[in-house]
Amino acid sequence: MSSVNEKIAGKIRSIASSLLESGEVAAFLGYTTGSLPGMMQPYVARDAKEAENLSWSSFCVINLANYLPALLKSFEPPRRPNEPPPEGPLPKVGVVATGCWSRNMVVQIQENQIDRNRVVIVGISSRGMVDRRKVQRFVGNREILSMEEQANFLVVKGKDFEEKINRWDVVRDNCKTCTHPDPVIYDELVGGLSGKRDIPDRFRQVDEIEALDIEERWKWFQEEISSCIRCYACRNVCPLCYCPTCFVDDSRPQWVGKSIDRVDTALFHILRAYHCAGRCTDCGSCESVCPMGIRMRLFTKKLQKDVLELYGFEPGLDVETPLPLSTYKVDDPEDFIITNIKKGDKK
Amino acid sequence: MKPLVVEKAQAEKWLEELCRVFDVFCPVKVKGDLYQWGRLGKKGLPRIPEGVPKTTIKTFFFPQPEVLFEFGARPGLKDAFRLKEPVCEKRPRLLFGVRPCDARSVVLNSMPYEEDPYFQKNRDETTMVGFLCKDGCSTCFCTWTGGSPLGMEGMDLAVVELEDGALFLEPITEKGLGLLEFDFFREPTEEEEVFVKGLREKVNKDAEETSSRLRSKGLMDLYNAPFWQEVSDACINCGTCTFLCPTCYCFDIQDETLRGKGRRIRYWDSCMFPLFTQHASGHNPRGDKLKRVRNRFMHKLKYFPDRFGPVSCVGCGRCVRDCPVNIDIRQVLARMLEV
Repeated sequence: MSSVNEKIAGKIRSIASSLLESGEVAAFLGYTTGSLPGMMQPYVARDAKEAENLSWSSFCVINLANYLPALLKSFEPPRRPNEPPPEGPLPKVGVVATGCWSRNMVVQIQENQIDRNRVVIVGISSRGMVDRRKVQRFVGNREILSMEEQANFLVVKGKDFEEKINRWDVVRDNCKTCTHPDPVIYDELVGGLSGKRDIPDRFRQVDEIEALDIEERWKWFQEEISSCIRCYACRNVCPLCYCPTCFVDDSRPQWVGKSIDRVDTALFHILRAYHCAGRCTDCGSCESVCPMGIRMRLFTKKLQKDVLELYGFEPGLDVETPLPLSTYKVDDPEDFIITNIKKGDKK
Repeated sequence: MKPLVVEKAQAEKWLEELCRVFDVFCPVKVKGDLYQWGRLGKKGLPRIPEGVPKTTIKTFFFPQPEVLFEFGARPGLKDAFRLKEPVCEKRPRLLFGVRPCDARSVVLNSMPYEEDPYFQKNRDETTMVGFLCKDGCSTCFCTWTGGSPLGMEGMDLAVVELEDGALFLEPITEKGLGLLEFDFFREPTEEEEVFVKGLREKVNKDAEETSSRLRSKGLMDLYNAPFWQEVSDACINCGTCTFLCPTCYCFDIQDETLRGKGRRIRYWDSCMFPLFTQHASGHNPRGDKLKRVRNRFMHKLKYFPDRFGPVSCVGCGRCVRDCPVNIDIRQVLARMLEV
């Protein structure tokens, strides 16, 4: 482990263990080292001893905000669906947060999914997380048996090879175009802040697809999702997806078929992306977890671009600015409502 | 049955002959380094990659989805609500390049599906040419689950790739023997026999047999073990493990209707999904993720061996490699064995 990560991990462990020891939090949500090279596992420490298992590296690709609502709920006394929460303070949870994770926590606060007073946020400025697939592509078909992280390099070893890879070359696409690596809300800070980054061509990947004509674009989309197995890892890992019953699981009415019909799969991906419009922070978890390597992050990135252009809005930067697609103002433009259609215009 | 050898150049011709009779499928490279089961495309002998492809062969026996029957869905019309058997004219299938773990998964799935006409019909119509493993991946653990890298269970014909690209063929069933009714083959040399025998001897035969140990454990002791909380904490309840697993065989059934035509399909279900055990009343006996995660492992490693003998896992390592949150069945198995 690089000394940077070791320092961060050490601080996380000491903050977590004192929070757990003092009883301020009932659990601490972070990461522990996984069983495969380049894998980290989301981890819940429930006492100071378990806090020793917490760790940190460039492979923390899952947005921990995703676990928060359910974890907080697990510390509430059981109640019926419409019953209000009990009076008095409820147990708190500690959590590690980078820029995008903290921005999703802001969205969760705005959407009443978590209570700010019940989370203790330990902020970390992200250096960008590594895409395991890019590392694999770098070494070809050879099996990776260990991945060691140095400050700016990864040392990848297999049965009969060793490669030194520049870390930035294998950082995820979303992290490369990230403008807010620093946590936007936090109670404690680990390490320094790195400030807002200016990325002039951060929508380049979207621009390239937009430049295609409509048939080509449809073909690109169809091809991208052709290997989808409908495991819903992208949906389940998303901190924005918290509906008690997802539209794909509804059976009365049934909006979408359950097996792997092409039309159904396309519908799922389009609707999933649209549900994230104006809320998605481009954390990249969906793409990182996809077992089939589908780049569904590009769908939400397009909507992120549209929301920025249409509303001048980026989600999760502060709790006070309302989400553009869930608010209504009397003077909202209504150009999209077609009125006074002349008879001759009808087709 | 007596083994035969086919030289590389002859093997291509042999495969061409087989293509006249069968729809031949093999691991195909689709995107980047992703191998999936697909129709044999190019002429010539396909390269069978080390380890297993991303997707399993269960889709040939337990299709996603399987159409059980069709019906007219417009009341008043003549065919309204009359059931029709789905018409599908397909040739017999040949799976070329099945690894031992995947071949064995079909044998295991046949146990609960013994009386399932759809599964058994698909099995009858499919011939499996297996490729034995000389080299595994670090995530392979077939020997823990009762399998072997050189295991031939489930195969009709077992193939060992020789150093010079020739194939050493061992017919296992009558179906497999039928594939060798051509003039492309010769008897193996003594050297080749020694080579294959040598591979067999290298396999670790002391590998621990886990199923009998699991069967001897108390069911409730495993069920109430304290580690399930920790195992399930990271789980996001996606279907990656179950859909990539060769031995997950749970399904759900639904009627789909479109423009007056209906069909009843059965499609893959996953015990990771909240609807899996949802009752009509709204009650769900496995309402939270701990219960769902526990069920996946208990089904594979306790309920199945208790009922059928072996564990319902072939050690292919797909769930180990592709679980987005790195829940590693090898670690869970080790913890269950400690109880």
